[in-house]
Amino acid sequence: MTDFLNMGGYAAFVWPAYGLTAAVIAGLVWQSIADYRAQTALAEKLEQLSGGRVRRAASSERDGEVQ
Amino acid sequence: MAGMSSLSAAQRFHAYANPARFMALSSRLVAPLGMLSALVIAAGLWFALVASPPDYQQGETVRIMYVHVPSAWLAMFGYSVMAVASAVALIFRHPLADVAAKSAAPIGAAFTFLALVTGSLWGRPMWGTWWEWGDARLVSMLILLFLYLGYMALWATIEEPVRAARAAAVLALVGSINLPVIRYSVDWWNTLHQPASVFRMDGPTIASSMLLPLGLMALGFTVLFVTLLLVRMRAEIMRRRVRNLRLARAASGAGA
Repeated sequence: MTDFLNMGGYAAFVWPAYGLTAAVIAGLVWQSIADYRAQTALAEKLEQLSGGRVRRAASSERDGEVQ
Repeated sequence: MAGMSSLSAAQRFHAYANPARFMALSSRLVAPLGMLSALVIAAGLWFALVASPPDYQQGETVRIMYVHVPSAWLAMFGYSVMAVASAVALIFRHPLADVAAKSAAPIGAAFTFLALVTGSLWGRPMWGTWWEWGDARLVSMLILLFLYLGYMALWATIEEPVRAARAAAVLALVGSINLPVIRYSVDWWNTLHQPASVFRMDGPTIASSMLLPLGLMALGFTVLFVTLLLVRMRAEIMRRRVRNLRLARAASGAGA
């Protein structure tokens, strides 16, 4: 185990490379999901606030777009 | 008249980008793709860190390759996706194309950053330097990072999505000249960075015990890229929906 962690004396280069990669990927995943959830919640809130009128307008636009 | 009405239809695509089909399909794909990428990366990590030998010249530092090379591939793959999507957006005005291009940029930028930093961490023990301004591969990858950041800044600066998409698409296409420069930099200017050892005309020159973890990590990272692209495209579509709902509210508020 100590040998493994020591990485043949290159622990100071190998582990930061893996650690940083994991951190950046985790951050990217978290930020992408958080952004999606935030935008979805905002859209739902605005649709409720707008009542039926905008919702109808928005859904008829949507129907027009489906190829 | 037919031309006019199809133009206004195209503009409506942009104004109310909410392609229902994409949303329905992507919502079913995200979870399985995410799980697949996690599994493949987990298997890749086992081979990368444990079940593969150290290099006879580079020792254990060769393990940096298994995160460095897939990151660098995805840095270029991400830009390719961005450039192709930008071309499709400019030519065909497909409503999803500029959403895809915009969504690919931060993912590509993150992998470019990782390729640069993990390369630096590999270069220090093997080349004796963190960075070398004279090496074309290093400098062209840094330019790639700046292209991504410039592209994202352009989107952030122009408020109106249709105009932002057009300007950003032109920048993405102009910047794509950097892709072949990166690819062939190691052949044209042979300085510090080693030439390709996987995608070669005469086949890979890397040992199969190292090709397996490299292949698994590259596959896992690529599936992760696609998953993140889908999530970010979904977020972008919702963001435009929010924008349109706000505009509609503002318009109806002014009318009342």
